[in-house]
Parts: sequence; structure tokens; C-alpha cells
Amino acid sequence: MIPIDYYLWLSAVLFTIGVLGVLYRRNAIIIFMCIELMLNAVNLVMVAFSNYLNDASGQVFVFFIMAVAAAEVAVGLAILMMMYRNTRTTDINVLNRLKW
Amino acid sequence: MNALYVICGLGFLSLVAEIANLKKGLAIAILLGIVAAIGLMVTDWNTGLHYYNDMLVFDNFSVAYSTLILVIAIFWFWMSGDYFSRQSHETDRSALILFAISGAIIMVSFNNMAMLFLGIEILSISLYVLAGSNKESLLSNEASFKYFLMGSFATGFLLMGIALIYGATGSFHLATITAFISSNSSTLPGFFYAGVLLMLVGMAFKISAVPFHFWAPDVYEGSPVTITAFMSTIVKIAAIAAFYRIFSFCFGAVQSTWGIILQIITVLTLVVPNVTAVYQSNVKRMLAYSSVGHIGYILLAFIANSTTSTGTIFYYLTSYSITSIAAFSVLHEVENAKTTTGFDGLYKRNPLMAVVMTIAMLSLAGIPPLAGFFGKYMVFTQALNNGYSGVVIIAVITSLIGVFYYFRVIIGMFTKTGEEGPISISSSSSILMVLLLALILLIGVFPDRLISLLN
Repeated sequence: MIPIDYYLWLSAVLFTIGVLGVLYRRNAIIIFMCIELMLNAVNLVMVAFSNYLNDASGQVFVFFIMAVAAAEVAVGLAILMMMYRNTRTTDINVLNRLKW
Repeated sequence: MNALYVICGLGFLSLVAEIANLKKGLAIAILLGIVAAIGLMVTDWNTGLHYYNDMLVFDNFSVAYSTLILVIAIFWFWMSGDYFSRQSHETDRSALILFAISGAIIMVSFNNMAMLFLGIEILSISLYVLAGSNKESLLSNEASFKYFLMGSFATGFLLMGIALIYGATGSFHLATITAFISSNSSTLPGFFYAGVLLMLVGMAFKISAVPFHFWAPDVYEGSPVTITAFMSTIVKIAAIAAFYRIFSFCFGAVQSTWGIILQIITVLTLVVPNVTAVYQSNVKRMLAYSSVGHIGYILLAFIANSTTSTGTIFYYLTSYSITSIAAFSVLHEVENAKTTTGFDGLYKRNPLMAVVMTIAMLSLAGIPPLAGFFGKYMVFTQALNNGYSGVVIIAVITSLIGVFYYFRVIIGMFTKTGEEGPISISSSSSILMVLLLALILLIGVFPDRLISLLN
């Protein structure tokens, strides 16, 4: 059996890639995918712990995360479409009208 | 709990009203429904019932905060009637708002990390849409998109924290986690503390504490003004209550991990937004920074003593949100009048609005005998009694800076001359403004009842 540490390190790496992607990439679609990557890293931790602790509630939580993430992306893509209609780009550098 | 059913039912009713052509009576139905929900919520006082396998608990803490949310919701619906009637998608908007309120109630009454996550998401996803509800405006699009990105980014951190805490303690249930922490405090693995800090970051995003506040002013400025009012009152109440519930009830035993970080966050949240607000020319953006600044005072009450400050925080949030609703109702009418000069010379154009705005600004600045003064006074005395004199000195200085930028609005209203003619407002908005004015004075003069409610 693979030790729990391996799963934790893998998901820590995935989570970090997701965070860095959100911070550094400028394309809105890629930022969406990086947020999904963060959530999937969380799912991996949940499932690994759930198996390790012999407790099903972690896996149930993963279903919640998946359902909510799907709803969130549906709303997010709709917002992106609305923005695209007005600006004709998915580059988030155009979002500079609001600043002090 | 029944109040939550009523609010969700009203949300579905709004959706059905579109199909069944019942739009005429919808506003009245919603208003009556919320009043009924308040009644049902008050009957839950002192029962402390647990629902759904202990996932939700309606103890006095959550009943008080839910009632506050519902009362503010009534004022909000009263203030923003034309947000629904003037444009299309009336039923969708009211449904989204009602679902957001149900999310807020879940956020203050959760007893399980799953419910915390679901409550935050129900609230946030509704608000992502509402922030962009002014579809043609680029500013509104941008606000909605930024809110979405920052909200889901923060959710990622929060969830990672929840997952690591689950791994260390073996449960999502707050009481089980608390019991596990207190009985195994020396053998907790390192990733448990990482989880607590990740949750702190996630919640700091949600309550918009510095340095995780940068999205807040942009989102507040770009959204329609009624949605800004919603975000800076109801969302703030729910987020602070959720923050309090986790970090006071659940992680109180490991305060050494997050206490010092929260102190740094508090000092930053006091200084940065209050200084930045001085440089704002737009009143809406100034109010956004001031609302971030008020989070700093609430956090100060929290770090002073995280177990006995419940009453103080509740009083502060009540006074702050009622005052904010008053300020936003004036701002809403000023924006409706589509003037270019904004608040300049408002006293000559509409004396009632100028007086209400003045009282609201004075209360936010903390001038006695208004509600805001007692909130700040109690926060400061409580922090002094617990030995946080350094932070209190900083807080006093920042609230003096606050007086400066609040008074700038007042002086503009009374001394400058706007070139436009008088603004006329409907009688229902006048009644609302007078009522809020009376409430600000009443809460300021008789603070005892509210404070002792939760202590």
C-alpha cells in the first residue's frame, strides 16, 4: 500500500501549481482551470484521508466539492461570456477600470 | 430552522412567479415571508435545537445573527425596490437574493465543515451573478469577474484547510474536532496547523481583511449600489459570524498558532484601508474602504478576548450594518438622480437626505451618542482590559483618520453648492430613512439590551 505521505505531497504540488497558475497566468480560461486544479488537489487529499482513516465522510465531502465546483464554473463561464461580449478578449489585463 | 425553510421557499416562489405570472404580488409576498421568518426565528431562542444529524445548530448565537440578517434584509428590500422593478429579470434577482440570504443563515448556524462550505458557496455564487447584474456596464462585468476569481480562489484555500483538519482529527464535526484538539493537543501532526492557517487565509479573504482585501473596493465600486449595500452588510455579518464560530468555538485551544498572525492582520486592517480611504474621491469607494476598516475594529474585539466578546461583536455589527444601510439608501437615491456633482450641496437639494447621511457618517466615525460610538468604545475598553494597549492606540489613531474622511463628505454636503436642482424621493424611501435614523439614535442611547443578548 502506498503511504499517505505520497498522496499529501502529490496534492500539495498540484495545489501549489494551481495557486501559482492563478497568480501568474493572464488568460481567464487558464485561471479557471488552475482553480479547478486547486479543488481537485483538495479532493485527492480528502479521498486519501478518507481511505486512511476508514471513514466515508471524506468521500461524501468530495461529492459536495464536485457538485459545487461544477455550479461555480457554470456561473464563472457565463460571467466570462458576458465580459467577452463587451471586451472581445479573455485576457484579464483589460480588467483595469477599477483601481485607486 | 423553520425560518430557513421559509426563505428557501420564498426563493422557489420567486422562480415560479416568473412562469405563473404572479409578479404583481411578489414584493409583498417576499416582505411578509421575511417578517414571518423573523417570527419563526425568534421562537427558536433558547431552544438550541440540532438539525440534520447535527449539521446545523440553532443556538442563541445563530438565532441572534440570523435575526439580524433577516432584519437587515427587510431594510434592504425596502431600500432597493426599484432595483427589481426598474429593470428586467425581477424574479431571478429576488430569487438569487433570497438564496443568498439562506446561504448567510447557514453560514451563521453551521455545526459541520460541510455546511460551512455549502453556506459560503450558496452565498457567493448568488452574489457573483448579482454583482454582474448590470450586464451592459463594463464596470459591473469587471466587478463580477473579480469577485468570482477571488471568491473561488479563497474557497480553494478554505477547502484545503478543511481537508487537512479532517485528516488530523478524523471529523468534519465542530464539536468532535474541538474535543479531539483538547485531548490530543501535544500530538497533533504538523499539517493540522497548516490546515488552521489555510482556513484563516480563506476566511480572511471572505471577511476581506488586509492583506486579502484588494478585491473588495473594486467589487464594491463596480457592482450596482444596492448589491454593494447587500455585500457590505449581510455578507459581512455572515462572514464574521462564521469566522467567529470556527476560530472561537473550534480552534480556541490552539490560539498560539493563529493568534499572532491574526494580530498582524488586525493591525494591517486598521491602518491600510483607513489611510487609503482618505485618497478616495468616489463616495462609494470610500464606503468600501471604510467597511474594510470596520472589519479591523471587529477583529480587534475578537483578538482581545475571543470567548467573551460575542456581545460586543454582535453590537458592533448591528450598529455598523444599520448605519451602512442608511448611508447606502442615501447613496442609492443620489445615484438614481444621475447628478454629476454627487453629494456636493446636497443639503440645499434635499435636506432630509443630507441629515440622514450626516448622522450615518457621524455614527461610522464614532461620534457620541450614536450607535457607532458605543461599538468602538466597548471594543477599545475590552481590548485595553485584556492588555492590548498598543493595538488600541493604533485603532484610536485610525478612527481619527476616519473622522477626517467622513467629515469631508459632510462638509461637502453643507458648504459646497451643486449646480443641479432639488432631488425628490418617494415617500417610502423617506420613511425608511427616518426609521433608520431613529434606529441609529435608539441603539446608541440604549445599547445595553443588545450587548447583554449574547453574553
